[in-house]
Amino acid sequence: MVDRIDRRSSQNINENTANEERRHRRDLKTYYGLENGDSDLKGHEGNPHMPFTTDPCNIDGAIFQPQTYLSKLIQERSLTELMDEEQKMVRDIRGLDSDMQTLVYENYNKFISATDTIRKMKNDFRKMEDEMDHLASNMSAITEFSGNISSTLQDRRQKITKLAGVHSLLKKLQFLFELPARLNKCIEIEAFVQAVRYYTKAQRVLHQYEHMPSFQGINTDCEAIIKQLRCKLREKFRQKESTAKQLTECVDLLLQLGEPAESLCDEFLSHAKHKLDEDLKELDKQIKLYSGELNPGHDERPAQAYISAGMDVLEFVDSGCNGFLSNICLVIASYNDMFLNRPQTDESLDTIALRKLVLFVNELMEQYFNFVRQRVQLEKETGDNTILVRALDRFHRRLQAMNKLLPDTDFSRAGTEIVSRGARDRVAHYLQSLKQHFADCLTDIRQNLAAPRLVGKQDHSARLAELLSNMQTSVVEQIKSVLGNLQAFIASDITFAMKPYFRGPFCSQDVREGLVVAFVKHVCTVCNDFCEVPGDKTMSPPALLMILSRFCIDLENATISYLLSLAEEQFMVEDKATVTAMSELFAMAKDTGQRLLNHYVRVQGLTISQMLRKSVETRDWLNTIEPRNVRAVMKRVVEDITAIDMQVGQLYEEGVRKERSSDSSRRTHALSATQQNRRPQWNYAPSVDNSLMSNIQKLFSEKIEIFSAVEFSKVSVLTGIVKISLKTFLECVRLRTFGKYGLQQIQVDTHYLQLYLWRFVSDENLVQVLLDEIVCSAVHRCVEPAMMEPSVIDLICERG
Amino acid sequence: MEDEAPVIYGLEFQARSLCAQEAETDNIRFLVGTQSLRAENQVHYIDFDDENNVINKTVFLHREGEIWNISSSTFDASLLSTCFNKTSDAKSELRAAVWQLPGTADPFNPSADDTSSSHPHLQFKCYLTPEEHSDVKGVLWHPGGDSHSVIGLCEDKIVCWDLDSASSSAKVTSSTSVEGRGQHKLTCGRWNPHHNCNQIATANDTSIRGIDLRSMSQVYQIESAHSQMVRDLDFNPNKQYYLVSCGDDCRVKFWDTRNVTVPLKVLSEHSHWVWSVRYNHFHDQLVLTSSSDSRVILNSVVSLSSEPYGRLTEKDDTDDAENEGKKYVTKTFSSRNHEPPKDGVIATYEEHEDSVYAVDWSSADPWTFASLSYDGRVVINRVPRSEKYKILL
Repeated sequence: MVDRIDRRSSQNINENTANEERRHRRDLKTYYGLENGDSDLKGHEGNPHMPFTTDPCNIDGAIFQPQTYLSKLIQERSLTELMDEEQKMVRDIRGLDSDMQTLVYENYNKFISATDTIRKMKNDFRKMEDEMDHLASNMSAITEFSGNISSTLQDRRQKITKLAGVHSLLKKLQFLFELPARLNKCIEIEAFVQAVRYYTKAQRVLHQYEHMPSFQGINTDCEAIIKQLRCKLREKFRQKESTAKQLTECVDLLLQLGEPAESLCDEFLSHAKHKLDEDLKELDKQIKLYSGELNPGHDERPAQAYISAGMDVLEFVDSGCNGFLSNICLVIASYNDMFLNRPQTDESLDTIALRKLVLFVNELMEQYFNFVRQRVQLEKETGDNTILVRALDRFHRRLQAMNKLLPDTDFSRAGTEIVSRGARDRVAHYLQSLKQHFADCLTDIRQNLAAPRLVGKQDHSARLAELLSNMQTSVVEQIKSVLGNLQAFIASDITFAMKPYFRGPFCSQDVREGLVVAFVKHVCTVCNDFCEVPGDKTMSPPALLMILSRFCIDLENATISYLLSLAEEQFMVEDKATVTAMSELFAMAKDTGQRLLNHYVRVQGLTISQMLRKSVETRDWLNTIEPRNVRAVMKRVVEDITAIDMQVGQLYEEGVRKERSSDSSRRTHALSATQQNRRPQWNYAPSVDNSLMSNIQKLFSEKIEIFSAVEFSKVSVLTGIVKISLKTFLECVRLRTFGKYGLQQIQVDTHYLQLYLWRFVSDENLVQVLLDEIVCSAVHRCVEPAMMEPSVIDLICERG
Repeated sequence: MEDEAPVIYGLEFQARSLCAQEAETDNIRFLVGTQSLRAENQVHYIDFDDENNVINKTVFLHREGEIWNISSSTFDASLLSTCFNKTSDAKSELRAAVWQLPGTADPFNPSADDTSSSHPHLQFKCYLTPEEHSDVKGVLWHPGGDSHSVIGLCEDKIVCWDLDSASSSAKVTSSTSVEGRGQHKLTCGRWNPHHNCNQIATANDTSIRGIDLRSMSQVYQIESAHSQMVRDLDFNPNKQYYLVSCGDDCRVKFWDTRNVTVPLKVLSEHSHWVWSVRYNHFHDQLVLTSSSDSRVILNSVVSLSSEPYGRLTEKDDTDDAENEGKKYVTKTFSSRNHEPPKDGVIATYEEHEDSVYAVDWSSADPWTFASLSYDGRVVINRVPRSEKYKILL
């Protein structure tokens, strides 16, 4: 029952303090963060349709107003409904009451136990407070004690710190005192790095306390030791057999020891130079061996001697590359490491060191280049290019690699210089051999001409042509093979061949100009020299002149252009502006050919002239007997001219005649007719008329140029020779005095010449005029001019 | 003097000897000897009147044979010598004689000229005979003219005669045989006007040799001077070692007799044998050559002359001749402005139609010369005026 009362009372309280309760509920709701804190109530009240927030009639609403609700109910509901409502309400109230009672009951025990717990806690806290107080008192005691202790220990601690300082100092001092010994030991076991490290550590201190006697002692000791160390290092540095790494180490240490970098550079370089010099010396020796300046020692075994006979150029360059060049590369690299690429060195030192290096390298390279140059120059005798080219190529490549190592210098220029020079030397050598070959050809021809003629006329007639064609083909073949050989220099796998500064000059200046053009010029000069032989003692055989003249003409016509185009094609000569023009060579060759031919005419003319002159000079024309025969000399002259005609005919075309007649008898008749016309005048006219007549005749005939240039044809050549001979005849006749029969002999002779010479010359009139003049002069020079009957002359000539 | 056209004079006979009258220094005079086997030979005495450009000639008969060589005395204008061919029945020989032009009065009076039918004879003075018989090819008169000695060039020897004061007899003073290689005979010679006239140069075949007259020994020899026979020689009148030669190889070569291995200069302008070469007596850059190609060529060889840089007129000269001072100065300037003269052919004379065997400069006028061709044509020419002024100015 208590429960009911409690419930009722609580309900009453509830109802009475409805406002207050709502406030509590709102607080709780906010406390628990519930939006719909009244949902419990809703469910309990079972009226979810009711708006509960603002509706004052909602029984579970927050602002429920019982009066309004009641009035509303009364107004809206019927009695029964009200009754039902009332009952329902009562039922609800009762349900709520019982719920309340169970709730309270359920929570009651909890309240009881909570109360107990709180009570127990109250007791414990009281005990704890006591403990805390105790602790606090203890703590204060401890603080007090510790304060006491620390104050008592204060000065002792300071002492200890001091002592520790003294200790470390003593340790350092000990290190210092021990330093000499240590250093000695280090040096003894060659732990130079260690030694240097020790010394550098101690050095500063030692320097600082130098003034103190004890330190001074140590310092001097150390310095002595370090000096020793330096010496050792230097010694090591200077040793020939020390490796680059050791050297680097030495230098590094020495630098650390404060050695002046410059002198080290110098020393390093001089040391390196020593080694490189050996390489160079070896190269020099090879050169000397090769050139035969130096004979391999006699004490060496034969095999040794064979080996040391001097390497070929490829081996030489190889050994140069492997020995000298790689060594110098090594030197440069280690030098760079040692002196140039150090982080702490200053700028000025760097530049000095670099300059030293460059000087050094340049000097050595120059020597090396000299050797290579010498060696390449020695490469004259051998005919094979490939080895030389490969050697040069290797050399060139190697130098390019070197350039990368030392960027400031340009060895490839010098290298290319050597290569071009080598190439040029080769070209010169080839030119020389071509010249030699040409000279040999000439000697061959000379010998061939001098050799007794083979039996068989057929053979003889083709001889000159054959000699000529032999010479031509052999010369052309020779040049072709030389060009072929030289192509090795511009093969596509050769590095320097691709360089324009090598290729351009080589192709156009060396090969085209230096070889082909120079050869053609040489041929022309040689040929021209033949025309300038002083005196007649060393006269070259006329047939040779003939062949050479034809050779020059052929050069002009075909060979030059063939050779030049061949060279230009094979060597891809592009630059045509600076080279000798083809036409210039043509002109030169033609000129030479012309001169040779002129000279030939002169020589042959002279030979015949001499014959005629002797025959006229040595005879006593006053007292000769009546002519019975043509003089043998005239026959000889005709024979010789026939021989010359054949000779020339082998090489030159016939040429144009002014007036052709195949019928010699017709000619003879014409001659006799003119002679008959003129002879009476000679016999009876006074000398005044005579000279007048001859003058008039001369007025109408052209002046005859005796030693004039001839054309490149057989007829022209022969005409030249005949002219020279007959003019000589004339001049000689004028120097003599003739008797009657002397004159008649001249008549016979000239007539004989007339009969046989006309066919050789371009203009028969020319022979006619000259012969007439001879007879005319003979008449003048005759004491008793009585002409022979033409018929008799004819007879004699036909007979003889 | 307006025209420079040559003056041509025709002889009736053929001729190959010509010389200037050396001792005559006022008039331009030449002597020409004819060469005719059948008619009487003549010596034509030609006087060239420079101003009127006309020739006056006198013909003298040469009673001996045809004349191969003529040379005039250097000390007496009226004296001359000839080498002539005496042809008897079966033999002909060359002999030499000294002659005198008849009449001391002016030979060129018109009356004498008209009577051409009867020409006066040359006055015979004496024969020049060597001790042993030998053909005399040429006669050389002492170039200085101060000694009456004459040299004869025989086939194989050199003979020296002394003429007496009247020139009526010649006495052999010395004679030496010249050993030539082979059978070559002397062809020509010249008396060197330098070295006190103690040397002559002779040629046989292709070589030239210098001979000292005192010792009659060889001084120098130019072996193979020409590739064929040497035809003529001449000495540079102003440079004592310079010699010019010409020959059958159509060349004219200049030599220094101190170094005879190579010629100083070679001219090859002619197209046939060069028969004669002559230095101008006054301007030694002018060299005349004649050839059987019937041409006469006047060369300028300034580079080997005594005036290689043109005529040097010193300004100092004006002190002596103040009146002419201005002229000199202008001349000097004009010559300085000229570029240095070069060697080369000055002129080629083609008036001849036959071989020209002889050419000679006038002894009186440095600009006039005569040439003679075989057909008997004498041509008197002058140095082109432009060249003359070039030399003078």
